[in-house]
Amino acid sequence: MFDALSDRFDGIFKRLKGKGRLGDADIDEVLREIRVALLEADVNVRVARNMVGRIRERCTAEELSKSLTPAQQVVKIVHEELIETLGGETMKITYASKPPTVVLMAGLQGAGKTTATGKLARWFKQQGRNPLLVGADLQRPAAVDQLRTLAGQIDVPVFSEPTDPVEVAAAGLAEARRLGRDVVIVDTAGRLGIDAEMMDQVRRISDAVEPHYTFLVVDAMTGQDAVNVAESFHETLELDGVILSKLDSDARGGAALSVKEVVGKPIAFASTGEKLEDFDQFHPDRLAGRILGMGDMLTLIEKAEEAYETDQAEAAAAKLLEGQFTLDDFLEQMQQLKKMGPLQNLMGMLPGMPKEMKDAEIDDREIARVEAIIKSMTPEERAKPELVDGSRRTRIANGSGTQPNQVAQLLKQFKEVQSVMKRMGGGMGMPGVPGRSKKGKKGKKGKKGGRVTPKGPATPRFDPDDPLGLGQLEDLQLPGRGPKLN
Amino acid sequence: MPELLILIALLVVVAGTAAFVVTTRRRRGPELEPPPERGIAPTTEVPDTVPPELVEEVEAEAATEAPPTLGAPPRLRDRLGKARSALGGYLGGILGRSGIDEETWEDLEEALLRADVGVATTTTMLDHLRERVAAEGITEPADLLVALKEELVAQVGAYDTSMRLEADEGRVPVWLIVGVNGAGKTTTIGKLSARQAAEGRSVLVAAGDTFRAAAAEQLETWAERTGADYVRGAEGGDPSSVIFDGIQRAKSRSHDLVLADTAGRLHSKVNLMEELSKVRRVADREPGQVVETLLVIDATTGQNGLAQAKQFAEAAEVTGVVLTKLDGSARGGIVVSIQAELGIPVKLAGVGETVEDLIDFDATEFVEALFADD
Repeated sequence: MFDALSDRFDGIFKRLKGKGRLGDADIDEVLREIRVALLEADVNVRVARNMVGRIRERCTAEELSKSLTPAQQVVKIVHEELIETLGGETMKITYASKPPTVVLMAGLQGAGKTTATGKLARWFKQQGRNPLLVGADLQRPAAVDQLRTLAGQIDVPVFSEPTDPVEVAAAGLAEARRLGRDVVIVDTAGRLGIDAEMMDQVRRISDAVEPHYTFLVVDAMTGQDAVNVAESFHETLELDGVILSKLDSDARGGAALSVKEVVGKPIAFASTGEKLEDFDQFHPDRLAGRILGMGDMLTLIEKAEEAYETDQAEAAAAKLLEGQFTLDDFLEQMQQLKKMGPLQNLMGMLPGMPKEMKDAEIDDREIARVEAIIKSMTPEERAKPELVDGSRRTRIANGSGTQPNQVAQLLKQFKEVQSVMKRMGGGMGMPGVPGRSKKGKKGKKGKKGGRVTPKGPATPRFDPDDPLGLGQLEDLQLPGRGPKLN
Repeated sequence: MPELLILIALLVVVAGTAAFVVTTRRRRGPELEPPPERGIAPTTEVPDTVPPELVEEVEAEAATEAPPTLGAPPRLRDRLGKARSALGGYLGGILGRSGIDEETWEDLEEALLRADVGVATTTTMLDHLRERVAAEGITEPADLLVALKEELVAQVGAYDTSMRLEADEGRVPVWLIVGVNGAGKTTTIGKLSARQAAEGRSVLVAAGDTFRAAAAEQLETWAERTGADYVRGAEGGDPSSVIFDGIQRAKSRSHDLVLADTAGRLHSKVNLMEELSKVRRVADREPGQVVETLLVIDATTGQNGLAQAKQFAEAAEVTGVVLTKLDGSARGGIVVSIQAELGIPVKLAGVGETVEDLIDFDATEFVEALFADD
């Protein structure tokens, strides 16, 4: 997700790092690279030009701070520019004082409207609301069937009838009132922004239901056309926000930047997988950091909170830090981890993950193999892996459908993790991330018992010494522990 | 600080598991190709006779009806009028100038980029064009445009775009339709089915998209409309066996062609791409023979389209691209990059919602539309 964009920036910034000062030629080169990076990420040509223009202006006009190298300054400017372009805060969803709150979904064919409708319904349900879905896509064969199937999975009612989309929408709203549902989501047929007749129809649907929120569903893989689409829909419907679909592809999602810049409406939600739960509110501020390779700790923590039982995690963490944990604990943690989504996605959120690891394709079946190996061991072996000799290894391999050398590999790896953990017990850090000297240690932990989960909008801090945001890790320092790993 | 502790545990486990998985993978690198005896393993998973309850047989009701007739196929340019007027020309400014200067080149670059041709291909193309301009002494902007269009047509028109219909003796030709979610695969199959029926062939469509809710129903509607025979499996079932069953049925009923739908999948999902490889292998087993694997790409797709084409070509030996939704404001320039870098030809273009709106790809018209400069 957005990897390519951050990779490109990575490359640029790496080269800048070595420079003591940047001449005009350097700045030109850097800006050219930034432009190419943006264009390759499908940021609209005009939007990219504007962004590069603003960056250039600031690069040349801004007072050079003595404490920053020029390279750090460029990174800082780009970061700020990205945040600004993406829009700073997460969109707040409020509910109509007189229910139901009406949401209208619109977009091109194949953007993912129907799926997004189902996912959004699940999200509302999670917020304690009672949504009703209205199937007003009478164009695509079986679109309503698809909606019904999705709704069935989350136990949400669907209203539709084979009449006319405008009538269906109006009747759906009446049905919601009758049933006392407090949120109505109207799924509409895909249409082209240049199809006057269809655009008129969606306007009439909108007039009939007077939506509180009109969302445009945009495929994250969209190229330059995203801007035209957003503009034409915005003209007709006055959008309130955008739902970015298929963000789990390797698309760079420049469309998100473009749409925000052109229609000035935020990306409200993003869809990151095929399952209904792979959908959440979009945090532009976090994304800016991610684009620059700063990781996305906040999302990670939120996901962890959803998946983990607090007590259980506390106990496990304590064990982990003492280097006392067994393969059983490891197995248990891995199973918790799986609840948080594909490992690959999680890796992308970790700041400072080595690129090699971030890019490695992680097949969740490999994890299943690890599980199988551990489960094929006796409790005694799991507690004391050193017991495993040649014949036990063969038995475990046979039991788990693997090869003895795979078993050996896992045990070796486990030992390494254990020793890393022991070192971590004396300081925070992670494999692959060199220990950092630190300064802002007192940062957050004094307040509110060190709560790290933001409840309001979080502004990512930018530390020029630490463009990768490893400092975010340091804020999570355990009290009373030494500061360094190495 | 529970969050903190959770996080630590998490970091370790993520890193630890990942390290294990990554190193395992690397070590196994050369073995990734399955040994031959495993290569035929899927046979066992495809029952020779699929239990009747798995396959909902849909009789081709239209067998007695006349196949749908199609009028003269619309041309790309007829469909693009709306887009043109909506957008105006990118290149008008170039023609208005008296000569070719740096600004002209920048405008050309912008026009190509805005059509999603992509930075690398645009740069290569313009570099080549600069050489030509110097060599041929081109000074007029109008001539420059002509030269650029020639270059583009030469690039996108250099391939055989015909569709194979012949299979080996005794085998059923299969067209496999692949692509990312929402590209328009199922709709394309509906249109292909109508086209083939109009040309007098009897077609069977196999609902290999067992994942998306109601995909089979969508395809069934298309099959009914176009008078095609139809085979589906259970939702969530094995796509390979649905398609294999369709092929067997097509064989026994002497159909001329099987159109096999597959679930939309993001090319970045390793498991799903592996599944697709298997689908293709199974469809290519007797009595079936995959003669075309068509990658459906949405014209709005940006630079990601190249990655899509690469991955799908690797997994399923793509023989051609179907460029859909060209009737919108998107230009589909990514196919220029796909052809330049991968040599996969665009064979068909989707220009509207009705069954007639799937037309043969025409390089000259595509290039004209790319700039839409009137």
